[in-house]
This record gives sequence, C-alpha cells and structure tokens, in this order.
Amino acid sequence: MPLIDLANPTRFLKLSSRILPWFAAATLIVFALGLWLIASAPDDYQHGAAVKIMFIHVPAAWLSMGCWTVMTIAALGTLVWRHPLADVAARAAAPLGAAFTAMCLITGMLWGRPMWGAYWVWDGRLTSVLVLFLMYLGVLALWRTVEDPTRAARAAAVLTLVGAINLPIIKFSVDWWSTLHQPAAVLRLGGPTIHPSLLTPLLVMALAFLLLFITLHLAAMRNEIMRRRVRTMLMLQAEAAGR
Amino acid sequence: MTALTAMLIRDIRLSVRLGGGALTGVLFFLIVVTLMPFAIGPDLGLLARIGPAILWLGALLASLLALDRLISADYEDGSLDLILTARSPLELALATKALAHWLTTGLPLVIAAPLLGFLLNLDPAATGAVALTLLAGTPALTFIGLIGAALTVALRRGGLLIAVLVLPLTVPVLIFGVAASNAAIVGPVPFGVPFTILCALTLMSAVVGPFAAAAALRHGLE
Repeated sequence: MPLIDLANPTRFLKLSSRILPWFAAATLIVFALGLWLIASAPDDYQHGAAVKIMFIHVPAAWLSMGCWTVMTIAALGTLVWRHPLADVAARAAAPLGAAFTAMCLITGMLWGRPMWGAYWVWDGRLTSVLVLFLMYLGVLALWRTVEDPTRAARAAAVLTLVGAINLPIIKFSVDWWSTLHQPAAVLRLGGPTIHPSLLTPLLVMALAFLLLFITLHLAAMRNEIMRRRVRTMLMLQAEAAGR
Repeated sequence: MTALTAMLIRDIRLSVRLGGGALTGVLFFLIVVTLMPFAIGPDLGLLARIGPAILWLGALLASLLALDRLISADYEDGSLDLILTARSPLELALATKALAHWLTTGLPLVIAAPLLGFLLNLDPAATGAVALTLLAGTPALTFIGLIGAALTVALRRGGLLIAVLVLPLTVPVLIFGVAASNAAIVGPVPFGVPFTILCALTLMSAVVGPFAAAAALRHGLE
C-alpha cells in the first residue's frame, strides 16, 4: 500500500485500529522489562537510589523535544499540503508534549531536592525546558481559543514553526545567561560516559517511552478524527433542524 | 513603494491623533517603574543595581500592551482586506505597519527610559547603555509581537492570548538586552558581545516576524 493512502482519514482509522493493540502490547512488555532492569540496577555511588529517577526523567526530556519535532513536521503538512490529517497529528501531539515536559520538570524537581537542596535552581537546562513548557501551553491555549478546527490548525502551525526556529535560540541564550550569572555547579550526567549497568535500563526505558508516545498519539489522533466527525454531524443536524 | 510610505504615514497619524493612544504606553512604563520601589523598598543602591532589569521589564510589558491594536484596528474597519488584496506584498505591508507601530509606541519608550533612569538612581553612563540597548532591542519586541497580533486578529478577546504566545519568544531579547546593559555598567563581559547578539536578534525577528505574520493572516482569514 503506498504511503499516500494513509492520508485518507478512513483508511487511517482502519489501519490504526489494527496496529494500535500491537503497539499497546509492545509498550506494556518493554515497560515491564525496563522496570525490572531498573529494579536490578545498582545504586549510584553519589546519588544513591535517587538515580532511579533518571530512568523516567531523561526519556521524558527526550520526548518533550521529540513532540515539538512531530508537531513541526505536522505543521509543514498543514501549511504546505493543507492536509486535515496533519492538523489532527499536530493537535494530538501538543497535549502529549506538554505532559512529557511537565513530567520531565516534576521528576527533575523531585531529583533536585535531595541533590541540590532545592526543588528549583535557575540552571540553563531547567530554564529552557520551562520555557518549552510555556510554549506548549501557548499552543494549547491557541487551539482552545480558535473555534473552527481548520483555522485553529493553521494558526497553531504558524506558531509551531516560529517556535521551532526560536527554541534553539532560546536554548542558546538561556545557556549563555546561566553561565554568565552562576557557575556550572550542577551535576552533569551526560559527560563522557554512563556505566553500562545504568545505560542499558535507560535505553530500554527510552524505547518504552517512545512506544508509549506512538500508542497514545495514534489513539489521540483517532479520538480527534471522531471528535471532528461528531462536530460535523452535529452541525449538519442543527442545519437540518433549522430548515 | 509610495503605497508603503503612504501606509506608514497613515499609521503614524492614526496613532498620534485622538483615540490612537500612542503615549499611553509611556504612561504605563512610568507607572510600572514607580510601582517597583514600593514593592522592593526605596534602597537606592539596590535600585541602581537592578535598574536596567526594571527598565527592560517595564518596556517589555508596555510594548506588549499596545500589540492588540497593531492589526485588529485595521481588521475591524476593513482596511486589512484592502491590504491583503493590494499589489504590494503582504510581508512588506506588515513590516511597514510594524515599523509605524514601533515609531509610535517603541521609540517613545526609548526616549522616556533616560528620564526614568533618574528615578532608579542610575548614573549617566548606565542610563545611556540602557537607552541604547532599548533602541536596539525594542524593534525585536514589536516584530515578534506582530506574529502574535496576526495569530489572534480575528479573536474577540485576543489580548491576553497575545501575551501568552509572545512572551516566551521574547526571552532571548530580554536576556541579551539586560546583559548588554549590565555589561556596560559592571562588566565583566565587554559591552559589544551581548549588544551585537541583541542586534542580530532584532534583524532576525525583522525577517521572521513579517513572514510568519503574513502566513498567519493568509491562512487564518480566508
């Protein structure tokens, strides 16, 4: 089947209903494997058991950026090809991205309390993730304010593209700001290496989160298509009743 | 080109005449700066230290408040439809509107900043630095705001939404504006480094802003 056929919402609904259970099952299995690996992973010599927060925190951080990428690609689909399925994909990804970013921030704060002695420090990374979260909320606010879904999609697409241009600049300027204002006193897990005993569970959890995102995104896209159909039916009904 | 010049003059005239409210932003700026010492105390040393930040925040908020009139007035009286169908490119027309808007709302803030610097106990060099960074940075705020104004033009209560959409995008301008002011006052970074980045941000937003706003208007109003 050529890829273009997927662009038909009815075909998409049919195909996604077939593959969704498989993705859901794979998500559960990989999550179970990941949790088992986490439970058997050793504690960090510096962070103790708190290092286990990393296995939730880091995949959520990766997905918080990945969701904006998905939205950017969908925004191009909306503005260039004017395809309704691209609108639906962007709309479904926005709340997921906001949720993953919130998860990243909350787990980071819980991790920061025992490690830095404060829930929040104005470090470059934290601050740019916070700005990313604000931008997700802005996109969501725009989706909720414009009534007509097609026009809302185009407005949100423009905002998403502007955000995609600006997010690297924001990241750069916030990094510059934080190195200017305070020394780099924050832990750097990235650095040269992570011990393989911690890296394997992390990668498995990243895969689990990716599968979770695909599952939720497909389900949310299906819901959105059906929500639009309900909306159209209600409008037709109202039109018929008014006649 | 004459059409664009005519539009520039028309927009400036409309905003300085009765009902335009060009100087309300300056008044707001003055009030914000007056409120700050009530909140943080009348310590002159502290005020001098955070003075550039107060002036930048005040200018940011003041330029934000004027944004909802940037396009919506033309939308309401129908002249936006003429601009959309006119022969001159929409991007250039919007850039002209943003320029006129900056001349009537942004430039007065830059001129008022040195006077407000006295209230905050800034010495002349610091005041000059803040005014210079505002001169370089406030056009970026207008051009970024243009995107927000174009996205929310057809909405009835768009004012608060503009703030939510635009403020995260202004983070780099605020960072480098305040950093350049502080670099001129206390160092240790040379003034030129953040200041040139601030100019680069302004130039970039002058390109991205009109194109994004034109795309938003074309797709949003049909």
